[in-house]
Amino acid sequence: MSTTIPIGPFHPVLEEPEYITLQVEGETVVSADIELGRIHRGMELLAEEKTFDQDVFLVERICGICSASHSWTATLAMEDIAGITVPDRARYLRTIVHELERLHSHMLWVGLAGHIIGYWTVFMWGWKYREPVLDALEAITGNRNNYAWYCPGGVRRDVPDDIWPPIVKAMDEFAEKTNLLIDVILNDPVILCRLKGVGILSKEDAIAYGVLGPTARGSGVDIDVRRDESYGAYDEVDWKVIVQPDGDCLAVGVVRLLEMIEATKIIKQCIKKLPKGEIRNEVREIPRGEGIGHIEAPRGECFHFIRSNGTNMPERHKMRAPTFLNIPSYRPRVKGETISDATLIFAVIDPCYSCTERMAAIDSDGSRVANGHDLIKLSHQRTEWLRKNL
Amino acid sequence: MNATKWGFKKSLWVFHLNAGACNNCDIEVLDCLCPKFDIERFGMKLVGSLKHADVLLVSGSVPRRVVPDLIEAYEQLPQPGVVIAIGACACTGGIFKDGYNFAGPVDKHVPVAAYVPGCPPRPEAIIGAVVKLLGKL
Ligand code: SF4
Repeated sequence: MSTTIPIGPFHPVLEEPEYITLQVEGETVVSADIELGRIHRGMELLAEEKTFDQDVFLVERICGICSASHSWTATLAMEDIAGITVPDRARYLRTIVHELERLHSHMLWVGLAGHIIGYWTVFMWGWKYREPVLDALEAITGNRNNYAWYCPGGVRRDVPDDIWPPIVKAMDEFAEKTNLLIDVILNDPVILCRLKGVGILSKEDAIAYGVLGPTARGSGVDIDVRRDESYGAYDEVDWKVIVQPDGDCLAVGVVRLLEMIEATKIIKQCIKKLPKGEIRNEVREIPRGEGIGHIEAPRGECFHFIRSNGTNMPERHKMRAPTFLNIPSYRPRVKGETISDATLIFAVIDPCYSCTERMAAIDSDGSRVANGHDLIKLSHQRTEWLRKNL
Repeated sequence: MNATKWGFKKSLWVFHLNAGACNNCDIEVLDCLCPKFDIERFGMKLVGSLKHADVLLVSGSVPRRVVPDLIEAYEQLPQPGVVIAIGACACTGGIFKDGYNFAGPVDKHVPVAAYVPGCPPRPEAIIGAVVKLLGKL
């Protein structure tokens, strides 16, 4: 006989509201379900009511941790429509901020994972080492989060040369501290038994579920937009894609930890090679047309589609964040694990529900019912019904 | 000294509620815990259950779906308890105030004792708000 355990919607493990139901037999999880929708803010419609310039600020606020990723993706899509190129200096500056964001996002996950397995030392360490990254971001962009750094055609502000030496130093220290953390995590028997072999996602499942980012790379799927369809300055610096074959929680953690080391390398090389010159090409108009942008956000591929009708507002702005594809992968992962591991398994993809809350209505037979036409039809039906019955 | 004052004098315990925030405000709240800001030295602590909390920190623009949850959470908060709205979203709705799913801001549904504007407010601002509020109570 199975029992249902409800978790949420407000619980101390993850910061965001979501409602998880676990079906358990004894201590073993038989199945799990997740209910979302509490952070749906109507982003896509709001984006259509703002100008292209304002849109960049809006998409930054889809998710606080990926604010650089979303705004870069949106500007890439706009540049795609207008056929604008970006000055070299801007490409490098964009890459630096994006990699700094990856550093703080991954470090945040490491800390949270420590918190979830009850290892507060790791939480405190992780969050302590994360602060210099935020300081670096503040020095470059002016804010700790929500940087307002990207704009169609380039970046918004130039930075003086004398801010780089402290940042390079901070990166060296960060890499050193990350190596220390890697040592601690890989050699601590307590952490190993909480992570190793827990929540395995096989390579086949990873491909079948279409997972992205570190979740996929932790299961041995070798994908990374930064290398596969390079953008920014990634093809001009030396770095490598981290892949781990095991698919368990430890493998995903190791991917994130090693990626941080790679990110510090990318940042240092970018700072060294940083070209001089313009930071922004002028954008006079966004013509009629369609464009896409996709980049490798800390959690996986982030994708934006924009259709412009020649006015100064987008006609359609579709956003898809990586967590949207990563969430369903908890199903094969959680089966047969214990309750205490379930929270970790839900957190291993580094879920970001505020990124994910786009409209998606699915019929019981699996077919998709709600595209634009269906919604209009539904609203007509509803009006008809109201007229008749009221 | 009345009971409220006495109760709020030391060791405030804080519950943090994300009512449709973009995560940044929440992370800045968590940041207050980390060694750089370390609010635990004032006895303040983030707790996992509402029933243990004195202060409810609410962030986010309050989409429709969260409204009943927010009201229920406020009713569960042991009295005397105060609500602090964190971030531009919670104070006014911020960039989301024209959204069709916007049902806030927070003070439309529950009484708010202090507002911390900013997108996101810095951890110093959050700590400052709590300290200032304590002086006023
Ligand atoms: S105030 Fe800004 S940072 Fe805070 S939740 Fe709203 S959009 Fe995010």
